[in-house]
Amino acid sequence: MSVLERDPHERVRVLDEDGQVVDGATVPDLSEEEFVEMYRSMRLARHFDQRAVSLQRQGRMGTYPPLSGQEGAQVASAMALGDEDWLVPSYREHGAAYVHGLTLEGTLRYWMGDERGNELRDLRIFPVAVPIASQIPHATGLGMAAQHRGEDDVSICYFGDGATSEGDFHEGLNFAGVYDTPTVFFCNNNQWAISVPREKQTRSETIAQKAVAYGMEGVQVDGMDPLAVYQVATEAVEKARNPEEGQLRPTLVEAVQYRFGAHTTADDPSVYREDEEVEEWKAKDPIPRLERFLRDRGVLDDERVAAITESVEDEVASAIETAEGFERPGPDTMFEHVYAEMPKRLEEQRAYLRRLREEHDDDELLEH
Amino acid sequence: MSSQNLTLVQAVRDGLKGELERDDDVVVFGEDVGKNGGVFRATQGLYDEFGEDRVFDTPLAESGIVGTAVGMAAYGMKPVPEIQFSGFAYPAFDQIVSHAARLRTRSRGRFTVPMTLRMPYGGGIRAPEHHSESKEAFYTHEAGLKVVVPSTPRDTKGLLAASIRDPDPVVFMEPKLIYRAFREEVPDETYTVELGEAAVRREGTDVSVFTWGAMTRPTLEAAENLDGEVDVEVVDLRTLSPMDWDTITESFEKTGRAVVVHEAPKTGGLGAEIAATIQEEALLYQEAPVKRVTGFDTPFPLYALEDYYMPEAARIEDGIRETVEF
Repeated sequence: MSVLERDPHERVRVLDEDGQVVDGATVPDLSEEEFVEMYRSMRLARHFDQRAVSLQRQGRMGTYPPLSGQEGAQVASAMALGDEDWLVPSYREHGAAYVHGLTLEGTLRYWMGDERGNELRDLRIFPVAVPIASQIPHATGLGMAAQHRGEDDVSICYFGDGATSEGDFHEGLNFAGVYDTPTVFFCNNNQWAISVPREKQTRSETIAQKAVAYGMEGVQVDGMDPLAVYQVATEAVEKARNPEEGQLRPTLVEAVQYRFGAHTTADDPSVYREDEEVEEWKAKDPIPRLERFLRDRGVLDDERVAAITESVEDEVASAIETAEGFERPGPDTMFEHVYAEMPKRLEEQRAYLRRLREEHDDDELLEH
Repeated sequence: MSSQNLTLVQAVRDGLKGELERDDDVVVFGEDVGKNGGVFRATQGLYDEFGEDRVFDTPLAESGIVGTAVGMAAYGMKPVPEIQFSGFAYPAFDQIVSHAARLRTRSRGRFTVPMTLRMPYGGGIRAPEHHSESKEAFYTHEAGLKVVVPSTPRDTKGLLAASIRDPDPVVFMEPKLIYRAFREEVPDETYTVELGEAAVRREGTDVSVFTWGAMTRPTLEAAENLDGEVDVEVVDLRTLSPMDWDTITESFEKTGRAVVVHEAPKTGGLGAEIAATIQEEALLYQEAPVKRVTGFDTPFPLYALEDYYMPEAARIEDGIRETVEF
């Protein structure tokens, strides 16, 4: 039986909090290399996140939304995608985007205020969506277009628990149900929409159960158990691509997890939640859990973990150096890519700004 | 060259048909646009002709319609979604301004939104509340969007084709008051009318009147009524973003006087933008203050009062006289 065919109240788990396989669970059939890749990407996402928060504190980066705690859900779900599949993120999926090919320096650059960080070249990754839930209909639209063109690529769309309160959640899932689009809706239910708890977003017992209303399968998974997430996401992607007779393509996945830190670096979570709650969830940390499992299987040992630590630190340090090494965007870039062809008025405004910069030095112009 | 004598709404249909035929990536969708052919019949027969893959009904959900169109456009298609009445576009406003308008900038050109969002707009047809507003200024205020308002059947077909082929998102606002008000010969083959170019509908030397959409006809009527007294130039702007400032200032430099006629409320309307630009760019030609003849700063009234709300020829004539006699 597919792992998707279950009561949406029943949470899919493979690893318990100590990294032991729970009774009756099936461990995903991944190679040793893939297991290590999953672990390494999660470690990388964690370290990247810690460094990004620190860069913000040092004034080297703008407001940044941290992801710590959510590495398992992000990395494992993105690993379920093929290169031709689409990843439609909210603003917190730095780890998922990395797995799907976005460079760390690209993410850093964007949060350092340089729009060119969103240059995604040939990747099938949408730029960060800040208005909540607004990316959900885009993912459905990508699926509608894929069907129109007869392509078999799939979209995964990430959003938080708060997004499920928005009209676009309903509209995006409703369209997906009606047109049977190849879309995986992946809710990173991290318990808090800034300061508002999940219980104040919805009276539904689970978010997964909302799928019933759209005529699609809904599945709840332990979002801090990367193996369970991988299993669910892989099956959902596969079903979207090649549904069996009578199966519908779209799936709503609710990955139950927690953000360890603040909503963004501008937020202070101590105002709205208790330390005990954070500690309880930290005991479910996806990284030591996967590490324990891999050590028990003989895939990881102290030496290998140390090598991974070193390589992760090097990669992040090098990305920061690269990101900070880019020349700041010139003011002209503001006028680029607004339209395919620049309207005359915009050209005039660009010329005006150029003239201003010739007549005043930048220090004078930038003093506010 | 064969042609047909069409109304404006028939020209919409003819324009859609031509683009559906020439490009498989064009899809038309929205509420009731399929079997029903649209509540104004703008898509009549297209479902039968092109099938459900190309012309389809959607759930009743404006944000969903525009949001999925953004995704389809980013994939490389040319969606032509319809919002049934512009007064219902607000649930989709976030998708229009936050995503359709910005995706090109945000992805540095990697993803674009070649979408043409059609919406009937404006008053004068005795419609219920929320069916008569003129909110073109909302969309012209947003960088990244183009805004088109046709006023004749021939322009409608050509501007619609140009919008659909345009690589940027276009908000195509159809003045429903003149959907069936008159007919014009429209060529059978497809053609484009370039976006961003105004049309001088009547040449004159005393005063320039700038207008668009349904207001073009009462403006021309006012100009005719004043014939012999005032020599009025009438400029139909056709594309509101990007605006054809060259034609506007050129006309103003010739006449030294300007009246802007729009049915949208006065405050924050495009009349203010045109007046300000004339001040900035052609002040030394100015013989009189720029006059605005517009709707009022009230919610669009229910239909018992809509004729008072909307500028008509007499009001426009008064505005022109005041400007000339200043």
